[in-house]
Amino acid sequence: MTYRFKTSLKWSSLTPRMDYMNRRQVLAGVGAMALTAMVSPSVAKIAAKASAFSTDEKPNTLEEITNHNNFYEFGTSKSDPAQHAHQLTTDPWSVKIGGLVDKPGNYDLADVVKGVDMEERIYRFRCVEGWSMVVPWIGFELATLLNRVGVQSGAKYVAFETLHRPEEMPFQNSPQFPWPYVEGLRLDEAMNPLSILATGLYGEEMPKQNGAPLRLVVPWKYGFKSIKSIVGITLLSEMPPTTWNNIGPNEYGFYSNVNPDVSHPRWSQASERRLGGGIFAKRQPTLMFNGYGDEVASLYDGMDLRVNY
Amino acid sequence: MNRVNSALKRVPNLTLYIAGVLPLFWLLFLLFNGGLGIDPVKALEHRVGKIGLQFLIAVLAVTPLRKFFGLNLIKFRRALGLLAFFYIAVHLAIWLALDIQFYWAEIWTDILKRPYITIGMTGFVLLLPLAVTSNNASIKRMGPVGWRMLHKLTYPATIAGGLHYVWLVKGWQYEPLGYLAGIILLLALRMGGNRQRVASN
Repeated sequence: MTYRFKTSLKWSSLTPRMDYMNRRQVLAGVGAMALTAMVSPSVAKIAAKASAFSTDEKPNTLEEITNHNNFYEFGTSKSDPAQHAHQLTTDPWSVKIGGLVDKPGNYDLADVVKGVDMEERIYRFRCVEGWSMVVPWIGFELATLLNRVGVQSGAKYVAFETLHRPEEMPFQNSPQFPWPYVEGLRLDEAMNPLSILATGLYGEEMPKQNGAPLRLVVPWKYGFKSIKSIVGITLLSEMPPTTWNNIGPNEYGFYSNVNPDVSHPRWSQASERRLGGGIFAKRQPTLMFNGYGDEVASLYDGMDLRVNY
Repeated sequence: MNRVNSALKRVPNLTLYIAGVLPLFWLLFLLFNGGLGIDPVKALEHRVGKIGLQFLIAVLAVTPLRKFFGLNLIKFRRALGLLAFFYIAVHLAIWLALDIQFYWAEIWTDILKRPYITIGMTGFVLLLPLAVTSNNASIKRMGPVGWRMLHKLTYPATIAGGLHYVWLVKGWQYEPLGYLAGIILLLALRMGGNRQRVASN
């Protein structure tokens, strides 16, 4: 049992029978509670409007979304984040916004989210490793924040940085990877209404293993672009360095748009396995821009996406 | 060590075959009880592959163990090798049937263009003649010298397995590098052992 399950369950919902339930039933219970929280506003922590950008595909369960994560700060195995992320302190939290902005500063998380329109965005999520999920994020458009701090005319890129706190993120003590994790978007990508800063999922606060308290979600790009636990946002005139591009420039480009026609040197990207369907679940074809071409294809007009992968 | 060796002589090979397939049954038990996590296909594929690599490494360890510690496990080597082949074949079958699901166009480009799959597949092909000739009749037919020559393919096959593992993970990770280092060490010990024998002649 991990700490997460203890906190997710309320004492009132525990009955002596619970003692006899096995782990999976307890987990199913957590999922059911999350669903209850979503439909009954009195329990929901985050009020969020539905969005026209949401897919009508069936979201993965909370159990699936919170137990299969690439968050190398907590270890390289998919189950490490669920096991170790409880150590992360997410309150207090501040985000340093700087570079080519009118109002730079160290913003408390409460100020970052003050007055924003929280929406539920049910997005497809495609990992570069060839698996995918559907996640009901809660968040607000990145453009809202950027407009509020005032983007200056010379800015062309947005750089993001994850928290660097090795005492709470154990794998940051490993020299195998360059810490802190950094990512970036072109300004027009960042301003696209699909790009959100997410603070929750399934109607609840963001689970720590999913990048609490504030993470980026750019659904037409491979998952590693959607940087977690953000503490820095910087507007720049030049393209910023990004972590996976630093590690393997021939494998991970700056853009990393989901593209079935451009294969990664180690994975074909033509099809994907949607998780949650059991071991005999059918592979499905991967869609250009992860199916968000109508919204984002024009951003790349005239660009050779084989070169700018 | 002699007492250990003579005790081992009384252990039938069948014991090893039975013990050797137990991990697979354990994984199947986990699979049907949700114990393999959110992506059971990958978990099964990777864990079965890793057991295969571990058996290959065990095969390579037999000679150094005898040379340096006098521990004689020679009689188990065939069983270890066949178990290695069994797990690697299951690993390949899982990849084909459950992971890539017989998408032949993707399989073909994977084998040709993705170095870690190319090298993994090479390792598997190298093991095929070894598995086929792992019986007394083949030794008799080929003669011990020829048979032994052929079975030196174990070395490149195991290196291929180690590289396959290092290459498939993102970035440079310690565990697969540890396996590769172990393989290289076992091969180096073997060479060192030969030189010693030459020197003492």
